[in-house]
This record gives sequence, C-alpha cells and structure tokens, in this order.
Amino acid sequence: MKAPPLTALLASLTAIASSQAAAQGDETAAPPPPAEYNAKLLLTNGISAVDGASGGGIANWATIAGRQSDRGFGLQAHATFIALPDFAYQSQGVAIGIADRMELSYARQNFDTLDVGAALGIGQGYTLNQDVYGAKLRLAGDLVYGAPHMPQIAVGVQHKRNLDGAITAAVGAAHDTGTDFTFSATKLVLSRSLLLDATMRLTKANQNGLLGFGSVAGGGYSLQFEGAAAYQFSRRLVTGVEFRSKPDNLGLGEDDWFDLFAAYAVTRNLTLTAAYADLGSIATFEDQRGAFLQAQVAF
Amino acid sequence: MSLTALIPLLLVQQAPAKTVDWDAEFGVEEEVRDPVTGELPVDPYDQSNTNAGAEPISGDRMAEQFGGQEGIRIIVNRMVDLSIEDPRIAAIFEGHDHVRLRRTLFEQFCYLLAAGCDYTGRDMESSHAGLGIRKPDMNALVENLQRAMRERGVPFGAQNRFLAKLAPMSRSVVTRK
Repeated sequence: MKAPPLTALLASLTAIASSQAAAQGDETAAPPPPAEYNAKLLLTNGISAVDGASGGGIANWATIAGRQSDRGFGLQAHATFIALPDFAYQSQGVAIGIADRMELSYARQNFDTLDVGAALGIGQGYTLNQDVYGAKLRLAGDLVYGAPHMPQIAVGVQHKRNLDGAITAAVGAAHDTGTDFTFSATKLVLSRSLLLDATMRLTKANQNGLLGFGSVAGGGYSLQFEGAAAYQFSRRLVTGVEFRSKPDNLGLGEDDWFDLFAAYAVTRNLTLTAAYADLGSIATFEDQRGAFLQAQVAF
Repeated sequence: MSLTALIPLLLVQQAPAKTVDWDAEFGVEEEVRDPVTGELPVDPYDQSNTNAGAEPISGDRMAEQFGGQEGIRIIVNRMVDLSIEDPRIAAIFEGHDHVRLRRTLFEQFCYLLAAGCDYTGRDMESSHAGLGIRKPDMNALVENLQRAMRERGVPFGAQNRFLAKLAPMSRSVVTRK
C-alpha cells in the first residue's frame, strides 16, 4: 500500500536532483576539457634552467613553468647533463606553475669533479651537491599576447643550499647558503619570430653557488645580467644564444657563461634541448666548454 | 497523503494541443537567412575598416605568401572548420551564424594582409562580447590557424608576422580569466 507513493517520492527526488545537477552543471562549469588539453602554446613554458626555474638553459626567464594557463596547475620536470673537459654537471628538478602566475621550483645540482677532485686533494670524482628552492611571480604582461612592446615581467627568489660546506669554506667562500633575487622581462616578438629575455640577478653565488656564496675577503651581493635571444624556426623548433654574467668573489677568474642552444618540442609534453655551453674557467680550470643536454616533460 | 493525491493529478495532465504555434504564442520572430548571402540579419552598426582591430600590413609580399584572396579564403574556412569541431572551443561557436563568421573573418584577414578587401564586420569588443573567451581558447584558435596556414604552405615567419597583428587583439577578445 505504501509502496507507490514511496516510489513516486524517490522518482521525483531523483528527477529533481538530476535536473538541479544539470542546471548547476550548465551554469558553473563548461564540460571538463579533453585529456589532451594543453593550455599554453608550444614552448611558451620555456625549458628548465640549471637552477630549476623555467627559462633557458642558463638564464632565468619571466616564463612560468608547466603547460597550464590561468586556471590550472602546471608541472614540469627536467634532467640536465653538461659534459665539460674537466667536470661533469648533472641536475634534475621539478617546478609547478600555479595559474600561470606563480612558479615554485626545486632543483638538485650535482657537480662531479672527476680527475680534478684528485688533483685538488678532495678525492677522485668528488661531487659537489646543491639544492635550489625557487619561487617566481609573474607581475605583469604576457609572453605572447597584449601590447607588442609589453613583455611578461616576473620577480623571483632562489634559495640555494650547498651541501658541501667544508669545500666552500676551503675555497674561501663566506657562506654555504645564499639567496638570489631576479627580475626578468621576456617577450615573444611575433613579427620577427624572436624571443627576447633580459634578467637582472642580485647574487652572492660563486659558480652558481656550487663554490659557496660571497667571500671571506669581503665579496657580497652584486648585480648581474643574464639574457637570451632566440629565433623560432617553427612551432616546435627554437634556436638561440644565452649569456649570464657572474661575479668573481673568490678571485679564481670566474667567467661569464654563454651558450648556443636548440630546443625541440618533440610532443606537447616533451622538449629536448641541446646546447654548446661555454662556462669559462671553473675553479681555475680554464676553457670549460662542452655539450649541454636536457630532457623536459611538462603538463 | 498529498503525494498519493498527486499521482492522479499527474495522470490527468494532458499534453498541449499539437496545433499551438508556440513561437507566435511567445512572440518569437523567426530569423530568415538572406536569400543572397545566406546570412542571418544583425542589428545595425557603424561599418569601418577600423573595426578590424589593427592596421594592414604594408606591402603586398604577405598577401602573396598567403596565396592572395583565394588562399586566405581557404585558410579561413579551414580554421573555422577545425575550430567548430575542436572539443576545446567548439561550444563558443555554437548558435553563431557560421556563414557570416566565415565572411567577416575572411574580410578581416584579407584587409590585415593587404590583399584588397574592406572589413565590414563589427569591432573586436562587440563581436566577442559575452562569449566568455579565455586565453587557452585563444591559444586553441591560434593552433588551428597555424595548422590551416601550415597546410597551405605559408612560411613560418609570415605566419608569425600575421599572428603579430592578431595577438594584441587579445585585450578585446579575452574577457574571462
């Protein structure tokens, strides 16, 4: 006897619930984007710089990591290898981009001294290690869109923790941790297919921090410049040059860095970069020029 | 109790008569496509080339690289075909007059590429008002346009020079975060 009304009640409740759900769905959310959704144009998340931030290979750019736009969380991860005459550098890291506004990054750098380690008496193949924690905030502008002369502008901070304090003290560095501050402006000049970047960096780091920070002799913060100019050959291929000036707090003849790079977006989510890098003199070992290779995945 | 009473009420509800003209009942006017152009009527607006949102490219090299008016028309139609089928942005085009869209986009591209057209469409603000376009939608459209240009063999540098004309329009087109 009670069954029909109950069934009717359930049916009507179900109908109401489903119609409300449908109405809410219509109002609040477009259908979820398909799985292949990549909100950014190819390569516009940059590759991963040696210190883990989105950028070029050696220069930090104003780009934000990951392939998501202003609503999503993007993620990118990289592994970089640089083969030099007397050293082998390797790093890996992850970065997340939040709403194309903020980037949080981490990179672990491992600098293998190979035979130099034995020559310096710290041990054959002694490896210097460093953790780099970064944050970057996009202040204004857009890499691709908006006014042609208004670049994407970002500020960043990078806290570096060298894990070999005994070595950094031995070479005369004042600290084994240090914090860099960056200010970057980057623009894709579509009319010329050119990507241009200029970044100012306030830093105490010796060899990016791998030889510590500052100097017991008194070297402190100095303002350094890094930048890139790259030409876009196709949607997938960009080649360019980078430059990064460095202080010489330790008086070891530390040189500025240069590279010539080619980055290729194999798929939307995989970018391979090869470069010829000239890192100059490192720990008095001159002419450290070699191949830079990076694989980056981004979502 | 009341629920039990409801069921007979539901049962006696009758379907409305099939003969009722609901459009007339609610005063809905049927839009008739223009027999010549095939377009639906639009509210009047001031026509001007300034509505195109940018100045034309100087010289006729770009028009050549895009294959003249014929090439531009193929690229526009391909871009629209790709976009109305693109699950990322298809919804934006639903309920719009695709005939008019193809014509005005052609005129705009042709005008900006200095291929000998005038633009008779609306300006970028009013033609995109209320569409709720986001930056990723713009990127999806750019990808479809790039594909259309690539398929027609437009050199990449020329593609970018044209995109450089369109990119600043994001300020009028992208209205939603």
